[in-house]
Amino acid sequence: MSVVREAIAGDETDDGMVERVAAGEAGKPVEAGRNVLPIVEGVVLVAALLAPLVLQDYLTVFATRVVILALFALSFDLVWGYAGIMSFGQALFFGSAGYGVALLARDLDITNIFLVLPAGTLIGLTFSLLLGGFLLLGRHPSSVIFVSLGTLTGSYAADRLARGWYYLGGQNGIPSIAPMTLGAYEFSEGPAFYYLVLGILVVVYLLCRFLVRSQFGLALAGLRENEQRIAFFGYKAQHLKAIIFTIGGAVAGLAGSLYAFHEGFVWPNMVGVVVSTQVVLYVLFGGSGTLIGAVIGAVIVEGVSFWLSDNYRDIWPIILGVLLLLVILFRPLGLISFVLGERERVGSFGAKIKEARNAP
Amino acid sequence: MLLEAAGIKKVFGKLTALDGAALTVGENEFHGLIGPNGSGKSTLMKCIAGAEVPTQGKVSFVNTDITAFTPTERARAGMSLKFQITSVLPSLTLYDNILLALQAQSSLFDLVFSRTRGTLHDQVMTMLTQFRLADRAFDPAAALSHGQQQWLEIAMALAGKPKLLLLDEPTGGMSLEERRVTGELLQPIKQHCSLVIVEHDLDFIRDICDRLTVLDQGKVLASGTVSEIQANTSVQEIYLRRA
Repeated sequence: MSVVREAIAGDETDDGMVERVAAGEAGKPVEAGRNVLPIVEGVVLVAALLAPLVLQDYLTVFATRVVILALFALSFDLVWGYAGIMSFGQALFFGSAGYGVALLARDLDITNIFLVLPAGTLIGLTFSLLLGGFLLLGRHPSSVIFVSLGTLTGSYAADRLARGWYYLGGQNGIPSIAPMTLGAYEFSEGPAFYYLVLGILVVVYLLCRFLVRSQFGLALAGLRENEQRIAFFGYKAQHLKAIIFTIGGAVAGLAGSLYAFHEGFVWPNMVGVVVSTQVVLYVLFGGSGTLIGAVIGAVIVEGVSFWLSDNYRDIWPIILGVLLLLVILFRPLGLISFVLGERERVGSFGAKIKEARNAP
Repeated sequence: MLLEAAGIKKVFGKLTALDGAALTVGENEFHGLIGPNGSGKSTLMKCIAGAEVPTQGKVSFVNTDITAFTPTERARAGMSLKFQITSVLPSLTLYDNILLALQAQSSLFDLVFSRTRGTLHDQVMTMLTQFRLADRAFDPAAALSHGQQQWLEIAMALAGKPKLLLLDEPTGGMSLEERRVTGELLQPIKQHCSLVIVEHDLDFIRDICDRLTVLDQGKVLASGTVSEIQANTSVQEIYLRRA
């Protein structure tokens, strides 16, 4: 019926309704390109599982770092891609968790995985709750500029603090962090660490996927598209924002604590503006508002930087910069938009969609 | 009285948009707000809905002073607004647009675990059927005609079962036929909801409203039943002056 109506766009139908469909929309297959997402996710997962088997040892170490950064990218994607909160200070939660677990290891000899990872997550959660509460929980909605400058300032201030505070190692940060342990086993760089972080990434990814596909995810979509509108429905928009910001902070904290143990040291950049910007680029490059886009963005940006810096020692940052600009200018929805249609990116949230769609 | 706005003044810089305007709406009443361009109709609507804070004056809703309430608090008290500019969420399906409005008062726990989407399904389909949009349920809202987007938006505004619905120019940009259908779609809601409607189309207003308030230069020029307003000479004058 609806197809027929679209075909006779502009005509009056029997029940008197005038069906005008915007030019270009009529006849466009609305469901085109569905179900690409699970395929992309599957391919990425298989590639990630096989990577250590084909990569040389030093590349497995590099791949581990990339997987951790992909986890960090997920945290920013939740906040920006799904809720539309421009956080230019995501590294604050990543880095402060890194510093936190480094201090636990240095000063209290706590390196047990079941203590340090929850501790790092909790640090990220606490800091994002405090900053998010301050920036987002006003009686009236905060402006995008206020939030982006607030998070940027937070990240910058943390960087300065880390550089100036002797206890945190000043400019040099905290070197030689003891390895993370599980009983007597020590996680050192290599395939075991790789599969550990990959496992964590998969679990967090699935949890995020569950969240963004739930009715809560629908509320986030409303928040992202028109915050004022959903407030008029009775949503507590600021609370929703603070909640997702805090979840993002917790994920960034988890990533930061893994990063600290993997690299074996933390340094001021890890809480600063450079890393905060880097995560924005991962997500914009891969495709914001899709979880897999954030993962792909982290992999490609880091992979390309790695390859370029090896082969074009002097000019690689310029090449990378131009590549990033090209993607952001010509594919504002990121690389994932080459294979993923708008409908599938946004998704559907209602129940019984399938039965309703198949109904005559 | 369901809604009482009194002595509403709103100043934007040097411009006084409202200068002591008032509006009273009873239960199950359709109330039209009319007046020439720039008379302050939309500003008064926004002050009532909470999109603007009045410089002076008081808004009461169900005997509660809501002047300082946020839009969220007003919505939860039973007030709903359809914006003048269509603000359906274009990339979401019609179904999800309605679900978004319906689930607004579900708890966070229910939202995260999607506990209400099964139970809300019938209500979503009922709303879509009522507004003659059921066969487009799974199309993105962006693919609708302008008139259909307005209907979707009215459906969304009604989803939370408000006691009062504020409609800012619902028939703007509609064809004559779409206007007629809009009138038909609005009639049944009178059983459970009052309506304040800002509209340029005086025929439309006359057909569906019980009472009218006429604004001119931020003040109330007249208020009364449709026939009283039609007989009012000063109202005739401003509309003649405009013509």
